[in-house]
Amino acid sequence: MTSGGIGRYGSRPKGFRHVVGALGVLALGLFGGTVQANPEPGQLNLTPGVTTYSHVPYVLNNVALGVCVVIGILVFGAMFIAMFRFRKSRGAVAEKWSHNTTVEIIWTVIPIIILITLAWLATDGLRQFSDTTGAQMTVKVTGYQWKWRYDYVDYEGKAISNVGFMSKLDDQSNATRQLNSGLDPYAVKVDGYNTYLLNVDHPLVVPINTKIRFVITADDVIHSWFVPALGWKMDAIPGVVNATWTNITEPGIYRGQCAELCGQDHGFMPIVVKAVSKEDFAKWLADQQKPVAPAVPAPASTAAAPAQAAATTAQVAPAHGTQG
Amino acid sequence: MAQAAAHDHHDEHHDEHHEHLNFFQRWVMSTNHKDIGTLYLVFSLLMFFIGGSFAMVIRAELFKPGMQLVQPYFFNEMTTMHALVMIFGAVMPAFVGLGNWMIPMMVGAPDMALPRMNNLSFWILPFAFTLLLSTLFLPGGGPAGGWTMYPPLSLQSASLAYVVFAVHLMGISSIMGAINIIATILNMRAPGMDLLKMPVFVWSWLITAFLLIAVMPVLAGAVTMLLTDKYFSTHFFDAAGGGDPVLFQHVFWFFGHPEVYIMILPAFGIISEIIPTFSRKPIFGYKAMVFAIASIAFLSFIVWAHHMFAVGLPLGAEIFFMYATMLIAVPTGVKVFNWVATMWGGSMTFETPMLFAVAFVILFTIGGFSGLMLALVPADFQYHDTYFVVAHFHYVLVTGAIFAIIAATYYWIPKWTGNMYSEFWGKMHFWNSVIWVNVLFFPQHFLGLAGMPRRIPDYNVAFANFNMISSIGGFLFGASQLIFLGVVIHCVWFSKKKATDRVWEGARGLEWTLSSPPPHHSFTVAPVIHDEELAHGHVED
Ligand code: HEM
Ligand SMILES: [Cu+2]
Ligand SMILES: [Cu+2]
Repeated sequence: MTSGGIGRYGSRPKGFRHVVGALGVLALGLFGGTVQANPEPGQLNLTPGVTTYSHVPYVLNNVALGVCVVIGILVFGAMFIAMFRFRKSRGAVAEKWSHNTTVEIIWTVIPIIILITLAWLATDGLRQFSDTTGAQMTVKVTGYQWKWRYDYVDYEGKAISNVGFMSKLDDQSNATRQLNSGLDPYAVKVDGYNTYLLNVDHPLVVPINTKIRFVITADDVIHSWFVPALGWKMDAIPGVVNATWTNITEPGIYRGQCAELCGQDHGFMPIVVKAVSKEDFAKWLADQQKPVAPAVPAPASTAAAPAQAAATTAQVAPAHGTQG
Repeated sequence: MAQAAAHDHHDEHHDEHHEHLNFFQRWVMSTNHKDIGTLYLVFSLLMFFIGGSFAMVIRAELFKPGMQLVQPYFFNEMTTMHALVMIFGAVMPAFVGLGNWMIPMMVGAPDMALPRMNNLSFWILPFAFTLLLSTLFLPGGGPAGGWTMYPPLSLQSASLAYVVFAVHLMGISSIMGAINIIATILNMRAPGMDLLKMPVFVWSWLITAFLLIAVMPVLAGAVTMLLTDKYFSTHFFDAAGGGDPVLFQHVFWFFGHPEVYIMILPAFGIISEIIPTFSRKPIFGYKAMVFAIASIAFLSFIVWAHHMFAVGLPLGAEIFFMYATMLIAVPTGVKVFNWVATMWGGSMTFETPMLFAVAFVILFTIGGFSGLMLALVPADFQYHDTYFVVAHFHYVLVTGAIFAIIAATYYWIPKWTGNMYSEFWGKMHFWNSVIWVNVLFFPQHFLGLAGMPRRIPDYNVAFANFNMISSIGGFLFGASQLIFLGVVIHCVWFSKKKATDRVWEGARGLEWTLSSPPPHHSFTVAPVIHDEELAHGHVED
C-alpha cells in the first residue's frame, strides 16, 4: 500500500497543527517520498498509517525526533567546539570557574518549555485514542499460543451471532520457517509483495470508513495485537478485556505481528487486516453467515475459556480464505 | 603529605602480613575491599563475556531471514539469559566492584565498614549464577519468558524455581553490598571530608545504594509470588483464580525502573570524575550534579508504568506516567549540559578514559532522546515492544553503563596495579568499540520504526538489510572486547611502565594521594584533608 500521507493530516484544522503538520512533511521529505503501510526494505521511519488516528503517532514521532535532532546538534556541536578549542595541545589553559547560575537556569527552563509543548501534543493525541465511543462495529480479538481468533460481535447496530474464526500463520511461511527447511524466505510472495511471516490463512476482514471497536483479550498468556498501519498496539491479556478502536480510510491489506513475547512461536503469529469497501464487506459478511453444510464443532484450541465456549457452536470457517 | 610518613610504616606492616596468605586465604576468605573489588570486577568481566556469547547467538540467528541455527525456544532462552546475565552479572557487580575499590580510598577510610559481609555479598554471586546458568543444561531448558518474567508465560517454564532462587541470591548480595556502601560512606569518612566535599562518584553510589535497598526486596516479592503461583496454588497473577497478570507488571516495574537507574547513576558518577580530570577543570555545577542524581532517583519511583502503556491503563494513569517520565529528562539534561560546560574552557587531553567518557556523553544522550520519544504515549503505542525499544536501552546500557565501566577501568587500573596500560591498544579498543557499537545498534531504531517486534527469532525480508548490518556490527563489537581483555591482562602482568601516584596530571582527590598500587589497607590513619587536594573541596556552588 502506498499512500501520500500528506493530505490526511495536512487537512487538519487549527494553526499549531499546521506547523506540526509542516514539520511532519519536512521529516517525511527527509525520509523519502513514498511512505508505505507495510514494512519495506530500508524503511527509516514510522508509517503514517491508513486510519483517521494513525497520523497522531506519526506526527508526534516526527516532531519529537526533530526536537531531539536540534538539541543534539546544539549540545554535541558545543561539545565538539570545546574539544577543538580547549585542547592542551593547542596551548589551552584551564579556567577556574565551575559555576554560572544564569546559564544553569536557562538550560533548566528551556527544556521544561519544550517538554510542556511535547506533552500537550501527546495528551491531545491520547485523548483521541482513548475515545472508543460511537463505534459502528465491534470485533473481539483473542490471542492464543500461537494464533489469533476474531469474533465479529456487531455491525451497524445489529448483533452478529456466528461469525468467528482462527487466524494463523500461512502454510508457506510456516514450512519455510522451520529450522534448516532449505526453503527460501524470499520466495514467499503474494502479488509481488514478500509476505514471509506476515501472512495468515484467514485475515480479519473489515470495512473502511467505519469506526471499529476492538475488544482484545487472550486465552493463555499475554500477547499484543499490533498492526503498524493502524497506529497502535494493544496487549491481549488473559482475564482482562481491553477496548480500542480504528477507522481505516483506505482499502488495502495491512500486516502486523504479535508484539508481546508469548512463547516459542511468538515470532510466528502474524496479523493481517483486510480493509474493503462497505459493500464488499456486507457481501463478505452475508457469505459468512450462510450456514455451512457440515458444521464441525471442533474446538480449535486446547483450553476451553468462556470465550471459546461461546464460540464453539459457531465455529465457522470463512467461506473464502483471502490470501493477501 | 601529612599522612604519607605514617603510611609507609603501615604499608610495610600490612604487606608483610599479607604475604602470609595463601591463594585460598587471600581470595576466598578476603575481607579486604581491594581484593573483593577485584573479585567483583573479574566476575563481572567473565559474565560480560558469557552474556556476550549469548548475544552472538542471537545476532547470528538474526543475520538473515529464515531459521538457520537454533530452535525458537532456544532463541528465547538466549534473549532471556543474555539480559539476566548482563544486568545482574555484568553491570551491577562491576559497579559494586568499582565502589568497593574506590569509595574507601575516596573518603579516606581504611576499608569498607563491614568487611566480612563484603566477602559474603561477593561469594553469593558465583553460586547464584552457577544456578542460573545450569538451567540451560537441564531437561526442559532455561527460562525463556524474557528477563521481565511476565506471567502467565514465565509460569510455563520448567526452570522457574531455579531462576527465582538465583534472583533471590542476587538480591541478597545486592542489598548487602548496598548496606555496606551506605555504612562506609556515612561512617567512615575522614574528618574534614564533608558530604558536600565527596567526589560525585561517591554521591552517586550513596544514592544508588538507597535505590537498591528500596527495590531489590520488591523484586524478591514479585518472583516469590511467581513461585507460589506455580507450586503452591496461589493465584496472585491468575485471572481464573481472582488474580491479575497485570499486577505482576506493576510490581516488577516498580523494581525495574529504579533498577535501570541503579545501572546508570554510578556511571554518571564515573563520568563526573573523568571529564574534570582530563579537562583539568573542576566539575561544572557540583551541587547541581548531586541534586540532579538525587532527583532522578526520586523520580525513578513514580514512572514505572511507562513500561506498561500498552496494557490498557486508564487515561489518567497514562497521562500521569507520561508527564512524570518526561520530567526525568530535565535533571538528565542538566547533567549532560554540565559535562559539556566542564569541558568548556578546560585544557583537554584525550587519553582512553576520556575518549570513552566523551563517547558516553554523546551516545548516552542519544539513548536519552529515544527515551523521551518513548515517553510520549501515542508514539509508544507504535514503539513499544519493537526494536526501537531495543535500540533505546542498548544506547543507555551499552554505550552508557558499559562504556562508563570501561572508562573507569582505564582510568583507575594504573592506580590499582601500579602499571600503565597500553595507550595504543586502549585507543584501538575505543575506536573499534565506538564504531561497531553504532553499526550494531543504530539500525535497530529503523527496524523498530518499520515495525519489527523485539524477541523474535526470524523476520520478514523487509527487515533483512538492517538486521544484517546490525549483526555485522555485533560480531565486530564483540570481537573488539577481546582487545579490552588483552589490554587488562597486559597491564596487570606484563606492563613495564610504572604509574605515578597521581597517574593523571589533572587528577584530584584523596585516592590519588596514595601510592600506585595503594597499600593493602587504604588509610589506616585518617588523612589530613587539604581542600585544594580535593576535586570539589572548595567549590561554592
Ligand atoms: C531520559 C531518560 C529516559 C527515559 C525518558 C526513558 C524512557 C523509557 C520508556 C518510556 C521505556 C519503555 C519503552 C517501551 O517498552 O515501550 C523505556 C525502556 C527501557 N529503558 Fe529507558 N528511559 C530513559 C533512560 C534510561 C536509562 C538511563 C536506562 C538504563 C541505564 C534505561 C533503560 C531502559 C530499559 C532496559 C528499557 C527496556 C526494558 C524492557 O522492556 O526490557 N532507560 N525507557
Ligand atoms: Cu507473541
Ligand atoms: Cu523505565
